[in-house]
Amino acid sequence: MPKDGGIGDSTRRREDIRFLTGAGRYSDDINVHGQTYAHFVRSDVAHGRIRSIDVAGAEAMPGVLKVFTSKDFEGAGGVPCGWLITSRDGTPMQEPKHPILAEGKVRHVGDPIAVVVAETKAQARDAADALEIDIEMLDAACDMKAALEDGAPRVHDDLSSNLCYDWGFVEDNREAVDEAIKAAAHVTTLELVNNRLVANPMEPRVAIGEYNPATDEHTLYTTSQNPHVIRLLMGAFVLNIPEHKLRVVAPDVGGGFGTKIFHYAEEAFVTFAAKALRRPVKWTSSRSEAFMSDAHGRDHVTKIELALDADNNFTALRTTTLANMGAYLSTFAPSVPTWLHGTLMAGNYKTPLIYVNVKAVFTNTVPVDAYRGAGRPEATFQLERVVDKAARELGVSPVELRRQNFITAFPYATPVAVEYDTGNYHATMDKLLELSDYSGFETRATDSKSRGKLRGFGIAHYIEACGIAPSNLVGQLGARAGLYESATVRVNATGSISVMTGSHSHGQGHETTFAQVISEMIGIDASQVDIVHGDTARTPMGMGTYGSRSIAVGGSAMVRAAEKVIAKAKRIAAHLMEASEGDIELKDGQFTIAGTDKSVAWGDVTLAAYVPHNYPLEEIEPGLEETAFYDPANFTYPSGGYGCEVEVDPETGHVKVLAFTAADDFGNVINPMIVDGQVHGGVAQGIGQAMMENCAYDAEGQLISASYMDYAMPRAGDVPMFTVDASCATPCTHNPLGVKGCGEAGAIGSPPAVVNAVIDALQRGGYDVGHIDMPLIPSRVWQAIQDATAAKR
Amino acid sequence: MHNFELVKPTSIEDAVAALKEEEAQPYSGGQTLLPTMKARLAAPTKLVSLLGIDELRYVRIEGDQVHVGGATTHATVARETKEAYPGLASLAARIGDPAVRNRGTIGGSLANNDPSACYPAAALGSGATIKTDRREIAADDFFEGMFMTALEEGEIVTGVTFPIPQAARYEKFIQPASRFPLTAVFVAKYDAGVRVAVTGASELGVFRWTEAEEALSKTFSADAVKDLKVDDADMISDLHGSGAYRAHLTKVMTARAVTALS
Amino acid sequence: MNDIKMKVNGREVTGSVEGRTLLVEFLRNDLRLTGTHVGCDTSQCGACLVHVDGEVVKACSMFAAEADGREVTTIEGMANADGSLNTIQQAFQDHHGLQCGFCTPGMVMAATTLLRDNPKPSETDIREYLDGNICRCTGYHNIVKAIMAASGQEVDRAALAAE
Repeated sequence: MPKDGGIGDSTRRREDIRFLTGAGRYSDDINVHGQTYAHFVRSDVAHGRIRSIDVAGAEAMPGVLKVFTSKDFEGAGGVPCGWLITSRDGTPMQEPKHPILAEGKVRHVGDPIAVVVAETKAQARDAADALEIDIEMLDAACDMKAALEDGAPRVHDDLSSNLCYDWGFVEDNREAVDEAIKAAAHVTTLELVNNRLVANPMEPRVAIGEYNPATDEHTLYTTSQNPHVIRLLMGAFVLNIPEHKLRVVAPDVGGGFGTKIFHYAEEAFVTFAAKALRRPVKWTSSRSEAFMSDAHGRDHVTKIELALDADNNFTALRTTTLANMGAYLSTFAPSVPTWLHGTLMAGNYKTPLIYVNVKAVFTNTVPVDAYRGAGRPEATFQLERVVDKAARELGVSPVELRRQNFITAFPYATPVAVEYDTGNYHATMDKLLELSDYSGFETRATDSKSRGKLRGFGIAHYIEACGIAPSNLVGQLGARAGLYESATVRVNATGSISVMTGSHSHGQGHETTFAQVISEMIGIDASQVDIVHGDTARTPMGMGTYGSRSIAVGGSAMVRAAEKVIAKAKRIAAHLMEASEGDIELKDGQFTIAGTDKSVAWGDVTLAAYVPHNYPLEEIEPGLEETAFYDPANFTYPSGGYGCEVEVDPETGHVKVLAFTAADDFGNVINPMIVDGQVHGGVAQGIGQAMMENCAYDAEGQLISASYMDYAMPRAGDVPMFTVDASCATPCTHNPLGVKGCGEAGAIGSPPAVVNAVIDALQRGGYDVGHIDMPLIPSRVWQAIQDATAAKR
Repeated sequence: MHNFELVKPTSIEDAVAALKEEEAQPYSGGQTLLPTMKARLAAPTKLVSLLGIDELRYVRIEGDQVHVGGATTHATVARETKEAYPGLASLAARIGDPAVRNRGTIGGSLANNDPSACYPAAALGSGATIKTDRREIAADDFFEGMFMTALEEGEIVTGVTFPIPQAARYEKFIQPASRFPLTAVFVAKYDAGVRVAVTGASELGVFRWTEAEEALSKTFSADAVKDLKVDDADMISDLHGSGAYRAHLTKVMTARAVTALS
Repeated sequence: MNDIKMKVNGREVTGSVEGRTLLVEFLRNDLRLTGTHVGCDTSQCGACLVHVDGEVVKACSMFAAEADGREVTTIEGMANADGSLNTIQQAFQDHHGLQCGFCTPGMVMAATTLLRDNPKPSETDIREYLDGNICRCTGYHNIVKAIMAASGQEVDRAALAAE
């Protein structure tokens, strides 16, 4: 049994009190004295040349302070990209400038052209109508294949084409893979689309800029998952503000899911304008604005080929992907279809030869970047779909085909450059089949049939790489940032503790779980521990929260800092008890001398550290505060088996998700309740991607799904109760807590399980449907049934 | 949104007088109008709220008719017609979500005639009579196409009279984003025959599927519509489904409504 | 401008608003009751739910001037008199029915009128009632559980699956 409030306890979340009583403090809840309001005027065409902008009329409108255009930013840099990808031929990717406000051309619907700053929000909006902007419309490049053809409209006139990069991985394997596919007993091929999504955290983005002329200090309040990263990117690359003069605060943030990682033009704008106007400037995105200005996710078109020998062993895998970058390179966009995708193509299988080719393409659409899972869902989807299709083609069970090819010995070095430290895929598969009552499926299918419905069961088994690291390796791979995490453990004189972490919590519950770890380590009540995050003025340089890295990297940094604190406290305790340091033990908040009943309380030691009267000042500094930066030795590799059971209404094509089971291996778990919740949310997003979410553009580059009227968000009635389990734990071998991370798993493993289930249902119903592209909305499923029926005739 | 003057008359007479002004628009719940104004797709200079007019808020059951005041919310209709006209109550209870049903009104819905709204199907499918401040209009004459009705400038819906059928059923297949009907069918069985009204499907707004009405009036069974064909020429085709799909759904939803009533 | 007066969380308040001022803007900007959130502009997400005269409405889809003379309750008015969480709020904490917290006020306001009108809702009842409340974090599982628990019903999975 875990102890109350310690590691492994489902401690209720302390942050809930403020959220449940309306006392949360989100960015839009912040109002700075004297603030003005920014309204962004955005392009309503996908591609066009700006002939002229006349701001005079708008500037004459009531309450308007100034209208900004790109002219005002001539000295500023563009929004930087944080990852350089090198093409197969050794050349660096094409990296266009991403101006804060459009320079010369607009390149996607939503591209900001001008900003009106006024005394009130309504005045800013009203004045925007008085702006005169003349744009010459240009043909848009929207479809990725078409965008790569000769003569296609060029998104950036100064680039040689719309190709950002052509990446091959592992290039040395290419010929061997080709040979193996030629020699295979069976090859299963699948062409598929990984649909473009909009992350849609419920809190729209907000940015407030403030400037103090007396001290030359800038403050930015922003809805960010990583305030230090924003400070570094915006300060050093965009606005030339030294970091000691720039404070970035990300207070309560209402969900992120990746889209709040990136540095956005609006953040730079309000920071810049606050100084220019000597007034605070606030911008709050509307949801409609979010659809055309938040970075989108996914949007891959892929062909995958899986080669098998006569005994159904996987012998080779080849996959070719077009990845949409949108009109500009968002902060980490280039890394998503490459290092976060190609390195995961082995999945859970011992396929010896793998080759991945990715062409990244500029189009006249909103920039695309990481969204929950980022690259790993795209890898998992194609792999788990093609394995399922292979099983069907070969007439073998999808469970057995997977099992036969599972990796079983660890550590395991894949042919795509990563080394899995631990895992037990048979265990998670067993657990999945047990919890989903797989053996009872046929009975349930018969029941569905009696009601005119088609029941299907789909499986997916995923692997992901979390806690992306180590810094020196990712540096070689093109990252322009380190990927460590930091923590300061500050022990106060009376023994209470403040932990300043570089991780950021925007729903994950760090304030609770991080305190559980400290409580466990020291043996004091968790209520004595506060977690501070989200403010560059209060926390050490940290890289923030994404890639399921908080507990694995941020938690590890905190453990390291706490270990330093404990080591020092033991020395102080040894002095107080006149014992040898090596004999001191810390348990339940008491320092004892091993083998004696002599002890001194935690609070007495911490008091001695700050009131150092009886204290060896010549040997130990006063105070008790330590900082650690933790740079992991490897990724962590969570894995799991997911199962989805659906019922298809063949008359309408409507699919009901009846049950969803997740058997995960997250290594050790700090708070099971929170981990379960992370899986629930991830699975719901994955079901959303598979069943209903679709960010669609028309041929002219107009965003069709531009609001909740057309972009379908999963509602309570669209998902079932979930069955989740994390008991098949194989602890991570290289971090102090043995944790792997759990934030993205649900979104990674679920889409192929859902699609596999629908295909299974249709096949059982006698409709020979090989694949349907996501989302599996009723009209698509119905059409597939019609096509299969026609083909049969 | 653009600014406007909000006036809150307490009588029909005052409301009609206020609406004589140019760019004045009636406001009766705003669950569609308000988001439209936020998007600056509508910019009235004066909004005349009908919600404070007591004489527009009622549900009366009289003989074989249900009378509903124009400013009666969906929630009220759902609650108060449950026994007298369960088919109507069930439709009202499924419009939007609970918060929408507490604000949206029947008059607002009918006057707006959104091609995906629920109420037009009930009105047309019941052969209801729409009462305005100046006349009575048969539902058959009221709906004139997407967002178009027989209402004149400044004319307001004061009430709707529904003849109570032997039985009625609303089968709704939702568009998963907006939760409006992708296609929904209201089938009502009267002594005089069966009426079938379809919403969500057509570019022309709510319509009666007369072939089905004829067939069902002869034989009230799902089989009766099995071999009918729905013309998809005017059907809406979008991200969520083709015209052919909506035509197909029209048939399926009709059959399901009939099966449920049989 | 319209001079308005209403009772918010039991307290008389007054203000002067434009015709276009939304109730949610009045609550957030004038009264600084920032617990009511704005998550969309098409009246679909439910983050802005409040009670007006006891009924749940979207504060983003009602003008402030329409609330003149009425009683408004927001999330800030939901806790027990001593400041402790009420039954529904406590159930949300106990069952981890929230993560980022942004949709949470709307969820609590909706759950409150649901349980008033339907004290022992089924899982389906709850999911249908929440059709206008979007949550992106929880997958709804624990929200449904929390509301079930707040209604005094069993929340174990078997009971829910048996429906």
